[in-house]
Amino acid sequence: MKLMLHVAPKIVRQPLISSVIIETSALINIERASIDAVSGEIVIEVSPDKCQEVREAFERRGVQVLMLEMPVIRDEEECVHCGACVSICPTGTFRFEDWAVVADSGKCIQCGACVVACPHRALRLILKQPQMDGATTIGP
Amino acid sequence: MEEKSLVEINERIRDGSVKVVTAEEMPDLVDELGPAGAVREVDVVTTGTFGAMCSSGVFLNLGHSDPPIKISRAYLNQVEAYGGIAAVDLFLGATQPSLDRGAEYGGAHVIEDLVAGKHIEVDAEGPGTDCYPRLDLETSLRLDDFNQATMVNPRNAYQNYNAAINSSERTLHTYMGTLLPRNGNVHYSGAGILNPICNDPEFEYIGMGTRIFLGGGQGYIIGSGTQHDPKSGFSTLMVTGDLKGMSPDYLRAATFHRYGPTLYVGIGVPIPMLNERMARNAAIRDEDIITSIVDYGVPRRSRPLVRQVSYKELKSGLVEIDGRDVKTSPLSSYHHARMISKALKASIEAGEFPLTAQAAPLPRIGSCRPMKQTKEYPMVSDVMSRDVLTVREDMGIEAAAKAIVKGSFDHLPIVNDRGRLIGIVTSWDISKAVAMGGIAKVSEIMSKHVYSARLDEPIELAARTLDTHSISALPVVDKECQVIGMITSNHLSRLFARRRSH
Repeated sequence: MKLMLHVAPKIVRQPLISSVIIETSALINIERASIDAVSGEIVIEVSPDKCQEVREAFERRGVQVLMLEMPVIRDEEECVHCGACVSICPTGTFRFEDWAVVADSGKCIQCGACVVACPHRALRLILKQPQMDGATTIGP
Repeated sequence: MEEKSLVEINERIRDGSVKVVTAEEMPDLVDELGPAGAVREVDVVTTGTFGAMCSSGVFLNLGHSDPPIKISRAYLNQVEAYGGIAAVDLFLGATQPSLDRGAEYGGAHVIEDLVAGKHIEVDAEGPGTDCYPRLDLETSLRLDDFNQATMVNPRNAYQNYNAAINSSERTLHTYMGTLLPRNGNVHYSGAGILNPICNDPEFEYIGMGTRIFLGGGQGYIIGSGTQHDPKSGFSTLMVTGDLKGMSPDYLRAATFHRYGPTLYVGIGVPIPMLNERMARNAAIRDEDIITSIVDYGVPRRSRPLVRQVSYKELKSGLVEIDGRDVKTSPLSSYHHARMISKALKASIEAGEFPLTAQAAPLPRIGSCRPMKQTKEYPMVSDVMSRDVLTVREDMGIEAAAKAIVKGSFDHLPIVNDRGRLIGIVTSWDISKAVAMGGIAKVSEIMSKHVYSARLDEPIELAARTLDTHSISALPVVDKECQVIGMITSNHLSRLFARRRSH
């Protein structure tokens, strides 16, 4: 399971992940982390049996936790199955099945690379909408 | 030699007995029956391609307003259409960006919206003449409201196109899609086995006047496309068709990030099996179609060839580059190319698509020469300063500060013991280090991600590097990464000022 952690500025300097690992003994894989002055956004992978325990441990520490169950939304009307999303995805979320693009939804880490790479603007993320240069955002 | 005529095939199309297969099915049939058997068995092979075709557009006739206007400038949903033809004729090009939404909405999007039956807001201006007194007008039109909406695409359906890779250190956003740094991926565009020209490379059937599937309707080949170059395997087609008969399933607007709008066009060409040679040509497979992977990390006309590759390898999803498997993906849709070959097949079987005799063959000799450039533009070596001081990574902050003051430079390139460029510090970095205290060596504060320019690079490219990364100077390096000069924004502004004063 993938969890997205939103870390508030006042706790962003604390060793949150290591303390959760020690507490839960869960094997945690950090898929993506971006931390700046105002917030931290971290995506972790954790096995399904430890997922609830890890989630609660983070929440007790003041971290907002979101389950990434269906992170990439595809507009089926816009998608022409070209494949421009396939090779640029860092986690291999997209693949061809008889030349139709299919997405393995458990793999996405919400990086947004596919959103800007899709020539048909058929993809968007549930949680955030990356800004196109000098253009409107991909709205819901 | 087994032969049949176009007249015979058209007779079978009329009476419903025609035998049609797609270009995907043909190779196995030829293997099984041999070329003579395949000619006896198969009448028509259908092809299909669906990809970004920038060189596309539509001639539109708006009808005359009252009082009439001679349109000099026109905007359709804020996308400029060319008005330099007769009073109310316009040419709308697919790649023209809009004034209000930039690259996210362009000429291609207007074309798609028209085909989808949407209203388009038209703003037009004219000079005002005795016969066309009106100065401006606004109106809202749908596709049916135009007298004519004729698609004319100067270059479509490339026989072959290079695949793209990027050896540079940064992600590139190109018309070949997002290219990841350090050879991170390969993008290609083309249908391979289903490509129309690949299945009739000698233009035995394809010619001027050939009826084709275009954007979901029927269109025609006008002739060879621009940059048509059969000798190097890069033939192209110029095509036309009535936009009013087309469908948004086969004409799709797209935007390549930081490149611009383009139009995905669906084209299918039927190839009759008139003789054994044509059957052999239509038996081509992905492994027989070879293209080049070229390095888009070098922003020059001649991009370095990385390796040759077959469509079979490209379509496998992985190609080997320097001993490493690199992921590939297409930008054109094979899914839709296949749909087109099947739709064309169905349309021929239904008797709706008779084949045409060509009015004239396509030229066997084309031209795709580089541009003749009559004005010389300066190179980095012409404007850079050769008076450059480099320092070693272990130099102390104080010594570096002195060097900057003494040389009145703003930048100090840092080199290792072999003289290779490994970093850069600015006078600001040094001031900051001095103010903070406690920093001993330049290596602690240098930017390790250092951009550089090459001696033989046009200054345009150096200027773009400065601009893209918001920096003010670039060390100029030779092939061995030894620093031989410096080019700064001051050099460029001086050059610009000199040019302006002439």
